[in-house]
Amino acid sequence: MDINDLRSLFTVLAFIAFIGIVWWAYSDRRKATYEQAAMLPLDDDSEFVPSEPQVTKNQERKSS
Amino acid sequence: MQSQATYNYKVVRQFAVMTVIWGIVGMLVGVIIAAQLVWPDLNVHEWLSYGRLRPLHTNAVIFAFGGCALFATSYFAVQRTSHAPLFAPALAAFTFWGWQLVIVLAAVSLPLGMTSGKEYAELEWPIDILITLVWVSYAVVFFGTIVKRKVAHIYVANWFFGGFILTVAVLHLVNSAAVPVTLFKSYSAYAGVQDAMVQWWYGHNAVGFFLTAGFLGMMYYFVPKQAGRPIYSYRLSVVHFWALIFTYMWAGPHHLHYTALPDWTQSVGMIFSLILLAPSWGGMINGIMTLSGAWHKLRDDPILKFMITSLSFYGMSTFEGPMMSIKTVNALSHYTDWTVGHVHSGALGWVAMISIGSIYYLLPRLFGRPEMASKKLIEIHFWVATIGVVLYIASMWIAGVMQGLMWRATNPDGTLTYSFVESVKATYPFWTIRLLGGLLFLSGMFIMAYNMFLTMASGKAVDAPVLEPAAAH
Repeated sequence: MDINDLRSLFTVLAFIAFIGIVWWAYSDRRKATYEQAAMLPLDDDSEFVPSEPQVTKNQERKSS
Repeated sequence: MQSQATYNYKVVRQFAVMTVIWGIVGMLVGVIIAAQLVWPDLNVHEWLSYGRLRPLHTNAVIFAFGGCALFATSYFAVQRTSHAPLFAPALAAFTFWGWQLVIVLAAVSLPLGMTSGKEYAELEWPIDILITLVWVSYAVVFFGTIVKRKVAHIYVANWFFGGFILTVAVLHLVNSAAVPVTLFKSYSAYAGVQDAMVQWWYGHNAVGFFLTAGFLGMMYYFVPKQAGRPIYSYRLSVVHFWALIFTYMWAGPHHLHYTALPDWTQSVGMIFSLILLAPSWGGMINGIMTLSGAWHKLRDDPILKFMITSLSFYGMSTFEGPMMSIKTVNALSHYTDWTVGHVHSGALGWVAMISIGSIYYLLPRLFGRPEMASKKLIEIHFWVATIGVVLYIASMWIAGVMQGLMWRATNPDGTLTYSFVESVKATYPFWTIRLLGGLLFLSGMFIMAYNMFLTMASGKAVDAPVLEPAAAH
């Protein structure tokens, strides 16, 4: 097996990885997460003169 | 807890204002060299000759105008979607002053004739080292802010900005590898066709990541903000990101069709360029369809007009690009003004217009105003700029196809029908129209600057408080 077989193998693996990403992104499990994620830029209304800290819909805390 | 903390708007403000200033400078140099093509007598001094000013124009519009726009928008978006102020504010300040120094050094060294001769990477090695320092600091500030984020998910705009920052670091380091001879002169670490391939691997990915991924980050944050609606399909945005990452890297060889580059490498470049049509159009559709059900907003929102028009130009140029990468089409288009038209359909139509729209969104928020001082002037800017782009690219299409056809025309006995200078002569009218288009686009930038100063004069610099996600209270 020479270096070119490895290169071909890498190309095939990269393609499979990409198909995997598409399948994963479109799986039903991701739906709720993505719907929340899409609201991330819209959930902050403080851009001009904010009166008080806003409660955002994206409250999944990383920790604490 | 930290409810008194504010987002770091200072560095965003600095970069946003300089975007407009450098936009004027870079496009002014573009207008000058366009005029030099029509009136060669304008080459008054070697420092101001076409050959020296052309790299100054490309560097100024890509790295000074585009670069400042990317710094401003990425620093703004990453803070707001992470609910965290910028990591390492001192380093962020360094990225601003360091980047401005790079630009000034470029503006001095390029007219003096100091160049490494690599397109879009002409700056000599001491400046390359400074760029590296600024860029690493940029990465630390950006990714540090992402690490500090208070929400679980990293918003898709930040993925695009992050991909752009990482890739540009790699591209810059590899392509700028050189052996210094003196303080002002170095030679590439590569030779022959390898050097050409490294250069266009860099060059095409400068287009793909500096001029595309970063500005797509802008699209994914500012189009939803301005439209007041979430992105059309978040899933599509994820696939869009990975599809671009997987394919852009391999498209560079299409810049070297019919050269000493091995034939199979040219074909690989062509095939990957054709594949790129899919993610590019997926992204464009995702951006435009964000307005689905709210098209009426386009009628009276000039900022949204800028953004949606930029996406239309993005769609046009990413259709044109794969087409031009087909070897037989390239045989006609290469080395002609068609390429120049294609680049400007992307650079003026897509990159500049999405930046202008985003900066119009940012400026009032950074200076404590509800909106820009004059909405009417934004509307005028939009139409002046759009007419300018259309004149520019239409004249270059015609000029390019004409040049390609003239250069390949042969007489029955096999001799060339036209000498080169005949094609130059035939191109004059189109260069004049192009000059007019460029002049219009530049005028738009002056209108923007005027509007910006009005907004700044009537407002004052404000920093919005950091928003805590709910559980903190």
